[in-house]
Amino acid sequence: MAFVQNFPFMSIIISLVSGPISSVLPGKIAKRVNICVITLLGILQSFVLAFVLKTGEPYVYRMGHFSAPWGNEIRVGVLEAAMALFFCIIMFLSMIAGEKERIRDVEDHRQNLYYVMVNLLLCSLIALVYTNDLFTAYVFVEINTISACGLIMSRQVGRTFEAATRYMVMSLLGSGMLLLGICYLYSITGHLLMSNIQEAVTALATSGSYHYPLLVAICLMSIGLAIKSALYPFHTWLPDAYGYSTVSSAAILSSLVSKGYIFLLVKIFYRVIGFDVMKDVRVLNVLFVFGVAGMIMGSIDAIMSDDVRRMIAFSSVAQIGYIYMGFGLGTTAGMVASIYHVVCHASTKSLLFVAASGLTDVSDGKRDFKSLSGSGYRNKLAGVTFAVGSLSMIGFPMFAGFISKLLFAEAAVQSPNKMLITLIALAVSTILNAVYFFRTVIRIYTPAVKAGVKESGFAKVKISDNPKKSIAMVIFIIINLLLGLSSEIVIDLIEKGLAMFA
Amino acid sequence: MNFINLFHNYEEAISMILFVIGFSNLLLQKNLIKKIIGLNIMDSSVYLFLALKGYIEGLKAPIVVDGVRSVEAYINPIPAGLVLTGIVVSVSVTAVMLSLTIRLYARYHSLNLDEISAMINKEGK
Repeated sequence: MAFVQNFPFMSIIISLVSGPISSVLPGKIAKRVNICVITLLGILQSFVLAFVLKTGEPYVYRMGHFSAPWGNEIRVGVLEAAMALFFCIIMFLSMIAGEKERIRDVEDHRQNLYYVMVNLLLCSLIALVYTNDLFTAYVFVEINTISACGLIMSRQVGRTFEAATRYMVMSLLGSGMLLLGICYLYSITGHLLMSNIQEAVTALATSGSYHYPLLVAICLMSIGLAIKSALYPFHTWLPDAYGYSTVSSAAILSSLVSKGYIFLLVKIFYRVIGFDVMKDVRVLNVLFVFGVAGMIMGSIDAIMSDDVRRMIAFSSVAQIGYIYMGFGLGTTAGMVASIYHVVCHASTKSLLFVAASGLTDVSDGKRDFKSLSGSGYRNKLAGVTFAVGSLSMIGFPMFAGFISKLLFAEAAVQSPNKMLITLIALAVSTILNAVYFFRTVIRIYTPAVKAGVKESGFAKVKISDNPKKSIAMVIFIIINLLLGLSSEIVIDLIEKGLAMFA
Repeated sequence: MNFINLFHNYEEAISMILFVIGFSNLLLQKNLIKKIIGLNIMDSSVYLFLALKGYIEGLKAPIVVDGVRSVEAYINPIPAGLVLTGIVVSVSVTAVMLSLTIRLYARYHSLNLDEISAMINKEGK
């Protein structure tokens, strides 16, 4: 066994241990530990990715020395390693971009606790990506939920407490359903490891026995995870949670936490149920309908809101709708499009939150559109970054969002029953996206004098004032352009990874 | 589908009814404490279901005494392990929910989530 094969397990343990250690360290040292851990994990994941690409086949890592079906396992393929690496990169950028705001928003004696939450979140994300055991996945889902709750309420105002409570309630409903689904599946298959369950499920599906329990288990798990990742009617907690928490929290929550659950759902589709069985289950149609509804309603809510952070949060609801619509198409092309959109949305949404915080900072902390007039001139880099993010979300060629919309449209053509609805929803949603993003971009480049806003109290920010944030924003832009311009590499990686799932 | 099975497996049926009771309490109650009670009913019902799945009538707990090592002598111990893990998880989420409730009550002197939302909107922050 190559030494590199230990790295996924080491990553989980390193971030898990660094969490409790941070709780006794002073804030500044905890921050350094956290940055080191994220960087180290990123390096480890890239080694793992290189290793899996070189060997060209997935490998299974036994936890403890019991082999299947008794022991617990980690399974590493191309998609898992790539996703874990991507999560590390976005986490790193969000943490360095929001450093100043974090020091301002989080109370001094609680600084180190923030890093406890971030380390545990990273640990649970990586474990969710790599694990081959359903019950382990459930436990890490709950760790993910608790640490995300901590991140929401790190900025202590009434709204974040309320949002955290609503988030916990929704999440617990989702994880209750997930747990029950796992128990059903365990009771009819007798296994907890994903590969063993898949064998048993395939046997059950061909023989036709336990048809209804299997159906119920699949529905419970899909809908439970859909609720947890804030699919449209279950998104009530989201605007306040993303809108009022500190900016790193908002970036991490929107781009990573919900994506962890979505990736687990992809794993359940492919590794637990098997995609051939999954296609015949009509729960995908339910996800499709809610996804399409989310695409439209999320955008309408975004148009109605008069607060730039809440607007971006509602836009997240629409984008998660896109992802579930791709799942609902029930084809491999749809899945590829959805996973590409996971990557695209994660990188773009964190960019938008960071840029928006740069813009509100030069508008005296006000978030309504009138006060934002001319902020693109007061903080030039944030203005440009916000414009890039907006163009990407609308689906302008050259940026990541364009490719994902193209993939969705191509996937839609392949499934004739849902083609018309998908294409119409894509068109309408794109127009609505354009309405609210262009409105914001035009607003931030309207000189304040014209809009009748007094600029005297507002600070001007130079690029060198907050170098870490500036660097993070530039890297975000580069990632977005790379995803848009060299999308073949990413799509190729996703297709290879999905092929390895089977 | 015959409903005789439902009576035959009445324990499982009861655990599912409890799950629905807990689920709807967690979703629909306005009072935060009642929500938390709902959460615990929901989780406990799943543990009841798991424990039932592991139990085989007439067999003993899987602790080796008198040197009997055959599989046929004992019940399935894995669901018990899952229940223990699940209890740890549900204790910790209950603790988080309770601490959030304490914070909200100290600030707004109310346990009704809708009232709290109204007060926050009035504050306008």
